[in-house]
Amino acid sequence: MYRKEKSIQIKSSASALYSNLSVLPIPEKSLTYFTVVHGNVLNMVSASGDGLNFSHRQLQSKDGSITASSSLIMQASWCVLPSRVLLVLTSQKGIQMYESDGSIMVYWHALDIPETPSAQAVFARGIAAARGNFICVGTSSGSLLVFDVPSKGTNITLSEVLEEHREPITDIASEVSRNKEYIADLVSTDDSGLLCVWKAGEDFKLLNKIPAYGCTCSSVTLWAGIVVAGYSSGQIRLYDALSGVMYAEVNAHARWIYALDIASDSGKLLSGAEDSLVRIWKLSRSTETNTAEIEHLHTECVTDIQICGAKFCDGEGSAFAVTGYDLSEIIRYTQI
Amino acid sequence: MSMRTLPLLFINLGGEMLYILDQRLRAQNIPGDKAKKVMNDIITTMFNKKFMEELFKPQELYSKKALRTVFDRLAHASIMRLNQASMDKLYDLMTMAFKYQVLLCPRPKDILLVSFNHMDAIKEFIRDSPSILNQVDETFRQLIEIYSCLPAGEFQLIRQTLLIFFQDMHIRVSIFLKDKVQNSNGRFVLPTSGPVPCGTEIPGLIRIFNCNGEELKRTEFPSGGHYTSSLREGSFDLYGDRVIKLGTNMYSVSRPVETHMSGTSKNSASHTKENASPNPLAKEELNLLARLLGGLDIKKPVDVDPGFRVNLFATDEEEQEAAVLRPPELSYQVVNIQATQDQQTNDMLARIMGEFKEEGQASQSMLSKGDDLLAMMDGLE
Repeated sequence: MYRKEKSIQIKSSASALYSNLSVLPIPEKSLTYFTVVHGNVLNMVSASGDGLNFSHRQLQSKDGSITASSSLIMQASWCVLPSRVLLVLTSQKGIQMYESDGSIMVYWHALDIPETPSAQAVFARGIAAARGNFICVGTSSGSLLVFDVPSKGTNITLSEVLEEHREPITDIASEVSRNKEYIADLVSTDDSGLLCVWKAGEDFKLLNKIPAYGCTCSSVTLWAGIVVAGYSSGQIRLYDALSGVMYAEVNAHARWIYALDIASDSGKLLSGAEDSLVRIWKLSRSTETNTAEIEHLHTECVTDIQICGAKFCDGEGSAFAVTGYDLSEIIRYTQI
Repeated sequence: MSMRTLPLLFINLGGEMLYILDQRLRAQNIPGDKAKKVMNDIITTMFNKKFMEELFKPQELYSKKALRTVFDRLAHASIMRLNQASMDKLYDLMTMAFKYQVLLCPRPKDILLVSFNHMDAIKEFIRDSPSILNQVDETFRQLIEIYSCLPAGEFQLIRQTLLIFFQDMHIRVSIFLKDKVQNSNGRFVLPTSGPVPCGTEIPGLIRIFNCNGEELKRTEFPSGGHYTSSLREGSFDLYGDRVIKLGTNMYSVSRPVETHMSGTSKNSASHTKENASPNPLAKEELNLLARLLGGLDIKKPVDVDPGFRVNLFATDEEEQEAAVLRPPELSYQVVNIQATQDQQTNDMLARIMGEFKEEGQASQSMLSKGDDLLAMMDGLE
């Protein structure tokens, strides 16, 4: 069972965007950082462990031009690399990377914007750190941009562009279990629902393509070699990352899934959708029978709120946070 | 975000505007021929060929202020006049109605069926005027051609773009409050019962498979609601049953147009921010507006046909009171044009203003407070 805690007020409400909540626990300072996107502004809050003290910061999307119509932010996420943590923000104009506290922008990558507006929207979406020192970001053209990040400083370089997707990228996720036995490092997905499984390194290798079944895949995670995909149909599907075999199919939500998250240590899965429900699941895998299972643990209804962000706040999955469209707060739950 | 959002925003807001005007024209006992003329003139202007060409070009959404300016013009495209308080109220009702429809439509693609419901109703308003009907059908075909084959992901991007446009608007609308689809805090009620969207299964089932794809077991879990199977999919053709009801006319003589204004502390922050932005008059925006208004072919009222005023309130006193009581953060300032020093913008401005002046001179009856765009653009900060 989970209990609702005191909410964290944010400076402006959450926009309806996939995975519109990012959480970074900082155990040594007993702080937790949160970010929520509102239009062209990123709300950032740091909360003390006792939940009593908050400090706020707002970041603006960078804009190539001087027009007042500043570009909208699509997503923001912390990328935890072995030697540093960066806050990555993607928008209609490009990709911004900040030091983890949002204080200094260390890198800016501009997207190619056509002179005359075309019907195809331009944006970056999907952010993940990959094994080694890489940060991967997806784009609306279906490209995956791989950035090589030095252990300190601003000498970040675009090291590779992966062209396997034909549709706008929706989400990218890296393997979260700390076990090194799993070969697949990264999974990416797009509007058509195609899943690509990658091995990270100096040259990224495509390991597997898991075909779409006619639904947009809006959110994906990777845990212990299992790809967990959330779809526009409200379904969650579990696939073996390497073989693409489908282990499980769950009729999980009544509307589009907006966010999935996995607790690395416990294998708990969190799903949030437009149907105002947040659900907790438990994944398990059996190596003998080479199968994976999923069971339902808990459901919370956030009345009249379309969920757009849901994240665990620790590796065990004993606490989680939720945001929703038009909501100016981050709702927190802890296990009792 | 999506560059294909503006036509849907304009057509659906326009559709809601026509529902409200139609109801007010009846409620105020405006003679049938005049009421018909107003509806015909506005619909003719709305679907003007040049205007539609501009509208359907791929582009970002306009700011709230710019779009409001467009609708001010459109509402005054005929012999009917609305004062500021009524225009504010009209715009509030239109926007909250479409926000509701966007939020509630079961799948993002269903926004198209909502639009088709509006289009069907607009055609019904002008069913006796074949030439206007042709004009509307042309746009209808264009909508089908451009949108009916878009993938679901693109529709979700359109929906997300619209939701950003409507973000933080929590105006309470009495017809929604009465129907219990809106709460007293201005939030819409999201049902956790009823039919699931097309292509979605009722939640509650887990199926586990082995590596050969054979089903090993099934388990069930509580769905968290009272869902039923999806309805059949509505028709995306020129004619047909759209199945979903969102976007149909919710007003009638027994269900009149009313609003409650509420400027909650929550939405005031963002409104203030938008108003306070240093130069809301970016050149780009002004160019867009100029292009669009240039396409708006405003019919000049015929001399023999004196204009009349429509009120969105029960009495004139109520209307005046509303104008005074309206929370400042809810006032839509129409685009403010003086503050710029950009030469090119000034030229553009001079050109637009010149055009309006010409129109103003041509028809004395248009020089009332609400429709003088020059005054509207300059005087209202």
